This record gives sequence, C-alpha cells and structure tokens, in this order.
Amino acid sequence: MTREDAAAPGPAARAAASDRELARLVREEAARIVGILTATTGSLDVAEEATAEAIEEALADWRRRGVPPRPGGWLLQAARHNALDRLRRDRTYRAKLEHLAETAVPPTPTETDERLPLLFGCCHPALAPEAQLALTLRAVLGVTTAQIARATVESEATVGQRISRAKRRMAAIAIPLRIPGPAERSDRLDLVLTVVSVLYDTAHLAAGGDAVADRDLADDALWLARVIAEELPGEAEAAGLHALLLFHRAREGARSAGGELVLLDRQDRRRWDPELIARGRAELDRAAALRAPGRWQLHAAIAACHIDAPSAERTDWLQMLVLYDMLRGYDPSPIVALNRAVVLARVAGARPALAEVDALAPRLSGYRLWHAVRGRLLRDLGRTDEADAADRRALELTDNRAERRLLAERLSR
Amino acid sequence: MKYVIMFTSTPEADAQLSAEQGEALYARVYEWFQQHDDAIADGGAELQPADTATTVRGGGVVVDGPFSEAKEVIGGFSVIDVPDIDAAIALAQSWPMLEMPGTSVEIRPMVTDYSQFEQ
Repeated sequence: MTREDAAAPGPAARAAASDRELARLVREEAARIVGILTATTGSLDVAEEATAEAIEEALADWRRRGVPPRPGGWLLQAARHNALDRLRRDRTYRAKLEHLAETAVPPTPTETDERLPLLFGCCHPALAPEAQLALTLRAVLGVTTAQIARATVESEATVGQRISRAKRRMAAIAIPLRIPGPAERSDRLDLVLTVVSVLYDTAHLAAGGDAVADRDLADDALWLARVIAEELPGEAEAAGLHALLLFHRAREGARSAGGELVLLDRQDRRRWDPELIARGRAELDRAAALRAPGRWQLHAAIAACHIDAPSAERTDWLQMLVLYDMLRGYDPSPIVALNRAVVLARVAGARPALAEVDALAPRLSGYRLWHAVRGRLLRDLGRTDEADAADRRALELTDNRAERRLLAERLSR
Repeated sequence: MKYVIMFTSTPEADAQLSAEQGEALYARVYEWFQQHDDAIADGGAELQPADTATTVRGGGVVVDGPFSEAKEVIGGFSVIDVPDIDAAIALAQSWPMLEMPGTSVEIRPMVTDYSQFEQ
C-alpha cells in the first residue's frame, strides 16, 4: 500500500487554513447581505455580484490586515458600495439608485431571516440541479467561484457561466425569494435538503482530492442543515437531515488516515466524535417527536444504527434492513436499493445480495460504487476473476484519489 | 408578470379518446378558463389540428404540414398575468388535459421591457 503522508504544513497550507476561517465568517453574513441588497436594488443579480465582489475583497484584505472588529458590517459596507457602482454603470437601474442611497440598511439581523427565502429561491424546481447547487454555494454560503470550481473540478469559466445563466433565468421567469406556503412546503423543502446533502457528498468525494482536503464545504453543508432546522423547527425532515449530517460528521475523523479512506468496518470507533453524536441523537429525537416520518429521518436512523453498534460485527443489521425497506417506500432511488443490498449481504449472505445488485445494472452500471459493491460480493463468493474485473471498472470510474488507492489495494491482494 | 402558456399534446393519444370522454374533458377545460378568468390576460387561441400547419423556412420554401418527427404539438396558448413563476406553475398544474398521456404545458415569460434591445 502506498502512502503519501502529508508533509508539515507549508505557507500555502497555513494560508488555506486562515482562508477557511475567513470563509466561515463570510458564510455567516453572505446570505443576509444578498437578501438585504436584493430587497433594496430589486435585483438578485446585482446583489449577488456585489456581495461576491465584497467577499473576494474581504478574503484578500483580511488575510493581510486581520479580521475587522465587525466583519458583517465591513462586508455589508463593501457590498453596498459595489452595488452602487454597478447600478451607476447600468442605466436601466439608475432609477433605483436614489432608493438604495436613501434606504437605511439595518445593521443587525431583522426578525425575519433573509437566508431561507434566498435558499428556497436558489433551490427552485424551475432551475436545473447543478444550477441550484452552484447558486446556493455562491449566493447563500458566499463560496467564491474559484472555490466552487475546485470542489466540482470544473473551470472557473464554466462555473461562472452556470451561475450567471441561472441568475438570468431566475430574473426572466420571476422566481420569488420566499419560503413556500404549507401546500407546497414539503416538496420544496425536500429539494433544498437534497441540495444540502449533495453539497456534503461533493465535499466528501471531491474528484482529485484526498480524503481530508475538503472539510470546508462539508462544514458549510452541516452549517446550512443547522440553519434550516433552526429556522423551520416544525419540519421533521429538516431535523432529519441535520441529524444525518451530524452523524456523518461525527465519523469524519475516523474516515481517513494519512489521506487514505478507511471503510466503516475498519474504522477506529473511539475516534468518532461523541459530542456530534449526542447532538445528532437529540436532533433525531426531536424529529421523531414531530411525527412526520420521511426519507431524511430514515437515512439518519440508519446512520444511528452504525453509531450504536460497538463494532461492525455487532451491528444490528436486521434492524437496518427493516429501516431500508421503509426507506424504499419514500425514496425509490437505485442508490438506496444498492445500499440495502449491502445490508442484505450481512443478513442473508452475498448470494441474494448479488442478485439484487445485478438487477440494478440497467440503472447503475455507470456508477463507480455499483461496481465496487459488486466486486466485494463476488470476492466473498470466491469469484475472483469477476471481482477483479468489477473493481477495475470501479477504479476507472473514480476520480477521487483516496478512493482510487482503496480500490487499487483491494485489487493487489 | 406576463407569461405565455402553451398547451402541448400528442395527437395520437388524443385520437384514442372516445367522443364522450372528449366532451367531458372539454367541459372541464371550459370551466378551467372561467375559473382562472382573473389570471388570463387578453390574447390566446385554440389552434386547428397540427395537420393544418404550414411551415415557411429560409429560402422561401413553403412546406405543408408540421415536421413529421415532432410527436408533441402545440394545440393552443394563453397569455396569463400572475405575480411570479410559482403562481404560473400552480395555474399550469391545474390544466385539466394534463391527465392525458403526452400532454404538457410550457410556460414562457413574455418580453415586456424592450430597453434591453436598445443600444
């Protein structure tokens, strides 16, 4: 097994650490500022561009001179200045200028939070999923285009174009920035929660990245899940996703060792974070008390089965299988069926599990984990040649370095 | 905010409807227009069947009939005036014909501010 141990952190790594700290401060304020400026300029595009510019300025300035005493005020000031500049340059907005100059901007958050209406707008069903993700990252979390490009392994130009197209579309078709009413709330909330969950997964398995390289966006996803759960305390599924990400996060420390991925059954469970686990459990209890079951709560309950087990061998696999069966009722995705097959292998053996996995071929044969799971089951059944072929295919489909090493190691044994 | 909503259907599927079913559906469509009278701005039309279409292309060539490969055809359109896309979607979702297979409603915002075309 090759191991590329991380060297002592150099200046670049130190700068990256300080940038992450600054990004956290920015994240707290970004959506609020975009919300305030959208309300005053009447244009999400202007508001978002002005805020993004202010964030770029802040990251450069704060790195040099340190974080100002009131980072939120600093950012808002810079963003307002940029918005005015933009409006001055664009004659179609000139009429709104006076209004912006006159409006006193509240220095502290008002009782109505701007973050959620903006989030629901960015995750509107009339936007393509990749546009939802990119817009949420930029407008709600204040992640820069360069940072998004690194996370999604695309060029900055591609990401930038996707964001401007999405904003143009939002304005052209009049997507409202508001929390949807009770009739559409649960469908729309599920879209928002899906984006947050995809964000967490993206951060986790950034292509070309090592297992520890991208904790930052996973932290953003967890933060966003918490904000949603706090702002919508009556929504059980919001609490469910928050619990799920807390459980994921709790296991993060044991998930990688020296840049290598460590699979669940070999993780050192003492390295799981007890505080995050406790918060996850409390959140899942709160969700259950709301008596509105759903897929995110079931995902979280399945994660809790892993957390509760003293070891991989002593996991309550049968209970987990029952939860997966329930989950299939809410979530017909083939990925859920694949994960269920992994549990089925523990309960009933590799043979029936392989039959289920093979049945998913038409929908998942382009998915790296389908081949990886198949490879493992075939190996358990002693069908080594087929197992090798499946692992090789998984390897071809994987961009993530840590995952590649894990698969390569399996092939070399 | 003004949108044009275009009603699209598949003639093949429409043809399979019995006369009674067709009439019942038509009654509901009529009711739908009455119900949403407030949102429906002036303009709009129901179109003759797709086989009456005449298509003009560049080069002055006139082609009779719609493109044969197009399975879905526009059967009519309306201009609506509603606050935002959510209201437009809600309206489109209540279109009675949607229960027919191969039927859809396309929502397109209208250009109302022509200043973007000025230099």
